[in-house]
Amino acid sequence: MSRPTLAVWKFASCDGCQLSLLDCEDELLAVCGAIELASFAEATSHVAPGPYDLSLVEGSITTPHDALRIKEIRAQSKTLVTIGACATSGGLQALRNTRDHAAMLASVYARPDYLETLATSTAIADHVPVDFELRGCPIDKHQLLEVVSAFLHGRKPNVQRHSTCLECKMRGTVCVMVAKGQPCLGPVTHAGCNALCPTYARGCFGCFGPSDAARPVPMADRLIALGTARPVVERLFETFNVAAPAFREGAARARGDAPPKDHE
Amino acid sequence: MLDLNQRVVLDRAGFAALLQALADDGHALVGPTVGDGAIVLDAIAGIDDLPRGVGDDQAPGHYRLRDRGDAALFGYAVSPHAWKRELLPPRVPLVQIRRSATGLAIEAAPAPTRKVAFIGVRGCELAAIAIQDRVLATGAHPDADYAARRAQSFILAVHCGSPAGTCFCVSMETGPRARGAFDLAATELLDGEHRFVIEIGSDAGRAILARVASRTATTDDVTAATAVTDHAATQMGRAMPTAGLRDLLMANLEHPRWQHVADRCLGCANCTMSCPTCFCTSVEDTTDLSGDVATRTRRWDSCFTADFAYVHGGSARPSLRARYRQWMTHKLATWHDQFDSSGCVGCGRCITWCPVGIDLTEEVAAIRAAPAPRSHADG
Ligand code: SF4
Ligand code: SF4
Ligand code: SF4
Repeated sequence: MSRPTLAVWKFASCDGCQLSLLDCEDELLAVCGAIELASFAEATSHVAPGPYDLSLVEGSITTPHDALRIKEIRAQSKTLVTIGACATSGGLQALRNTRDHAAMLASVYARPDYLETLATSTAIADHVPVDFELRGCPIDKHQLLEVVSAFLHGRKPNVQRHSTCLECKMRGTVCVMVAKGQPCLGPVTHAGCNALCPTYARGCFGCFGPSDAARPVPMADRLIALGTARPVVERLFETFNVAAPAFREGAARARGDAPPKDHE
Repeated sequence: MLDLNQRVVLDRAGFAALLQALADDGHALVGPTVGDGAIVLDAIAGIDDLPRGVGDDQAPGHYRLRDRGDAALFGYAVSPHAWKRELLPPRVPLVQIRRSATGLAIEAAPAPTRKVAFIGVRGCELAAIAIQDRVLATGAHPDADYAARRAQSFILAVHCGSPAGTCFCVSMETGPRARGAFDLAATELLDGEHRFVIEIGSDAGRAILARVASRTATTDDVTAATAVTDHAATQMGRAMPTAGLRDLLMANLEHPRWQHVADRCLGCANCTMSCPTCFCTSVEDTTDLSGDVATRTRRWDSCFTADFAYVHGGSARPSLRARYRQWMTHKLATWHDQFDSSGCVGCGRCITWCPVGIDLTEEVAAIRAAPAPRSHADG
């Protein structure tokens, strides 16, 4: 029986997430034994024709061309998994979504008219159906291996969607918010990093995006009550997952605005 | 031979020797020590690793260490960690299944064999261990891993002299004196000579104590020891009257207060992770890339996560209101029906370690102050 084919695709992103695959040094041989790399620009320039059994998609949709390309990739992929904050929420580049796009282009490029870009940076799932979203900026390589293993054996990935606080407590890390008064987004942030920042005595930056049942409004209120300045709280929500609806809601709360409209 | 009812006194060197005797007897020592800005429970080598002259300030969503200005080794309340870390660890491998040409080989995880001495267990914590014993180690299906860890544990309790602002063991009748199944229990005395009055709770405790030089306690020692916990009982930061509590909560399942708390709650699960009696776990199955090795692991879980009550077609408790209500009514009401006791021992951890400082004693008081005239639980 031939091995299932894996294709890795890049959209607007930094390559960090797909590099997590190469970072699986100890497991790389096993990965290559179990699957056939049909397309992976970071490892080989060879691109085999589709269809593909599993596509891993990194990056967000920021150009009209990419908006079409993702549709072709979807059509060629039996299973499509998005990886990282860019692909799952639009990434840091989604800061443009609430700003004057034309003015931003003009401030950077001498000839913005040469560019063909969209006014927004959006998640892959906003354009095509996605089978599974793996979070993180960057993703965690153990979780990536878990998702690939689950795909290979037809089971559900063992990836939790709850808050980072559970990981903190399971590790035995002392809460930095309660014991040190540090601002921490852990209570509203999707688990997956094994509470990396709190374990190194810093609050969570929210790089895994919102947890499944995130409560951004009481989170923002608490950070403000602890003495964090409103603009700092706003900035905390506006990083790698700025366009995730729950984080937009947290930022709006910090500004004192009404909640963003498109959020259910 | 020491009598079970006899009290003896150890000085600081004697207490150090007691810890050493436990270590010499093959126990790993786990006890309070300063780490990460808190008094945590961790591996300790001996008396020098215990916090010295360190106290704690605890309030809803707030914890800070403070300098006591004395030589106390146990001058603080409970740690963010509960002893369930030792007895019901966050992750426990259950079984591994290997596939080969000859079939499936099923291998149960090896039984734990580590002897651990728990140093400085408080009254509320002893009560919490007794609750988990009842839930996990008795009945028709005792949990083998828990039971094995428990059978190999030695408990050196320390009666509490420094309750925190979030403590209410007096209301829950679990402290500040440790009662129940300890091997040894100590009261630390700081008046004049720094010393420990020791009570014996088991043969194992007596055998260890016999290896250490001690003197018989005088009436003054015993009176001073009683005064420590009598005073501590007056220092409770909180109270939660329990009369009629079960019925009150069950008659108020639609009380507006549940929404009030849901509006503030983050659903982060810190309360359940910190609680020494919460025992909920999930079982995870994973495979390696080859598919030849499958592993089943048990890990802590919480009724506060959205996925915990997910059943076919959706969640049984889709709102945070429903999840908080489930947690609190289980702790304080239905636990009585299920396990014949309260599920709360009054340790205050869920209050201190809640990042937004939600306080179950305050929630109960709010419902008590304005109970619903009628709810569907009545009819
Ligand atoms: S440090 Fe942050 S992630 Fe960890 S328990 Fe506290 S609030 Fe949650
Ligand atoms: S419910 Fe809170 S106070 Fe009661 S035992 Fe659990 S953590 Fe302690
Ligand atoms: S009560 Fe507090 S600790 Fe518990 S889930 Fe809500 S916010 Fe988190």
